[in-house]
Amino acid sequence: MHLIVCLKPVPKPGTVKVDPKTHTLKRESADLILNPPDRYALELALGLKEKYGAKITALMMGPPNAAPLLKEAYALGADQLVLLSDRIFAGSDTLATSYILAQGLQKLSPFDLVLMGKASIDGETAQVGPETAAWLGLPSLTQVKSLVLEQGRWVARRVFERIEEEVEFRAPAVLTVEPEGELWPPSLKRWLASREIKEKVFSAEDLGCNPELCGLSGSPTQVLEVFSPTYEGEREVLSGPPEEVVDRLVSLLQERGLLKGG
Amino acid sequence: MLQHFWTEEEKLLIELVERIGKEYVEPYARQWDEEEVYDPRPLKALARADLMGLVIPKEYGGLGWGVKALCLAVEHLSKYCAGVATTYAATFLGAYPIILFGSPEQKARYLPEIAKGRLCAFALTEPQAGSDAAAIQTRAQKEGDYYILNGIKQWITNGGIADYYVIIALTDPKKGARGASAFVVERGDPGLAVGKKEKKMGLRASVTTELFFTNCRIPRERLLGREGLGFILAMKTLDYARVGAGAQAVGLAQGAMEVALRHARHRIQFGQPIYHFQAVSHTFAEMAMRIEAARALVYQCAQALDKAPKESAGPSAMAKAFATDVAMWVTERAVQMMGGYGYMRDFPAEKMMRDAKCLQIYEGTNEIQRNVIARELLKYYR
Repeated sequence: MHLIVCLKPVPKPGTVKVDPKTHTLKRESADLILNPPDRYALELALGLKEKYGAKITALMMGPPNAAPLLKEAYALGADQLVLLSDRIFAGSDTLATSYILAQGLQKLSPFDLVLMGKASIDGETAQVGPETAAWLGLPSLTQVKSLVLEQGRWVARRVFERIEEEVEFRAPAVLTVEPEGELWPPSLKRWLASREIKEKVFSAEDLGCNPELCGLSGSPTQVLEVFSPTYEGEREVLSGPPEEVVDRLVSLLQERGLLKGG
Repeated sequence: MLQHFWTEEEKLLIELVERIGKEYVEPYARQWDEEEVYDPRPLKALARADLMGLVIPKEYGGLGWGVKALCLAVEHLSKYCAGVATTYAATFLGAYPIILFGSPEQKARYLPEIAKGRLCAFALTEPQAGSDAAAIQTRAQKEGDYYILNGIKQWITNGGIADYYVIIALTDPKKGARGASAFVVERGDPGLAVGKKEKKMGLRASVTTELFFTNCRIPRERLLGREGLGFILAMKTLDYARVGAGAQAVGLAQGAMEVALRHARHRIQFGQPIYHFQAVSHTFAEMAMRIEAARALVYQCAQALDKAPKESAGPSAMAKAFATDVAMWVTERAVQMMGGYGYMRDFPAEKMMRDAKCLQIYEGTNEIQRNVIARELLKYYR
């Protein structure tokens, strides 16, 4: 069984700057961490490895300085490390990212399951999983909580709006994992060993990528502005006889759409 | 503050334990103490991180590191909760007799399971035999291929949550201490019953119980070493454990100093942080000196145990008594430096002070440690 877990390097909250021209995140300037929701995908893969036996490949698209995060994935239990890294990948939106990941996945084929986090804490789009499946022409399933293999078929338990449903499917497929359950620390033995482990690096050329589909040129999403939301508080003191104050309060709340009816 | 020049591997170990301490221990330590509950989650995290196998030999699935590494793990865990560190360290109190005296078969049966996260306990103390450990009354009578155990063990850390118990019992009561032997009893053995969980002043995240043996029948292969070796085995094990208690004290004291220091630097009275009052800053200077002295003694002793284990009874007793006395002093001063905040159970200092008290008592009281040191002195200056 070959499981591929896609891991995204994301800026450590509080350390990132925004490029004033492209409005994208300046990832080189930030401290990078493994996207926390992706850890749940890895944890799910580790559970499957323990139950059924599997090879786990950790796949990451990112700049060369993200490579130490792949070593962390090794310490957490991944067996093989692959970094997709090229200057022309910079500025990729979800469409370009999923194209590059799909190219990488084809390179690593055959595989049974591709597991990703539900979303990344920097973009929060939750689009890359299903888009990657579309590029590969594979079934996709989002917000998976658990997986069992029953006579060659996978049965997934997944969150579907406010209920949970069971879905049967056949591998290969691309799944995103619901961030739930326990995360465990890395193994010291594997952490020590990770110092000797080298990740495989694939460039756009190695993957046979069409440059038009990578980076900013492959990204239809145009970021107009990135800003921190500001919250402004209003304060008004109502005074007068209670009946009048109540009437004015009700109409004020209605004007702001906070109270319905009249 | 003082550089220790840990190796690359030791630094990784420290980083990992710190990470576990911050993520799996610190946010919950208050609650475990308040509710006096044992939570297996931090122990599972330690097992997943391979830290239950830190001193288990490589051929049995561990890392095969020494006492010094174990002390580092215990120290850094104790910064966040000395109770969790007690559960962890007590497992090695049970594992060391098997590592040191077990047959290849016994090692193969138990050590890989311990490395994977099964807990151990060590049972010497009895209602009538505390400091006077030679006064134990638990009997182990040989009957064919079995030993039959009868007696009561008291204040056993990890009682009921451990899978393996190393029990010291008399095989030949006429010989006194020389008639004691050590056995492994497994959870579920017929005739082993776990008594009530004790209510404690501190270390409340750890479990302490009595153990009752009523015609507890175990196969003779459970004997560790040979008959009559029980007391020597217990003393040797305690040499290893005592330096661990010292490391626990260093971590606890360090944690208390850091908590109080944060407070003293931010608490404004008379228009300035209270740290700037000499009575306060000198107290911290004294804490720092004593902690560094304790740490230096503990790690020198741990290294000595790794390199020359035969000469370690005296140093081990010194490390235990000195460091735990330092922890008691530092935690009490930490409460004082925080004033009312130190005394309130919403803040961590008072728990640390309660935890510290046990460190002066268990693994041999600090009075007994001084007896050991005095005895060893006369051997040295024969």
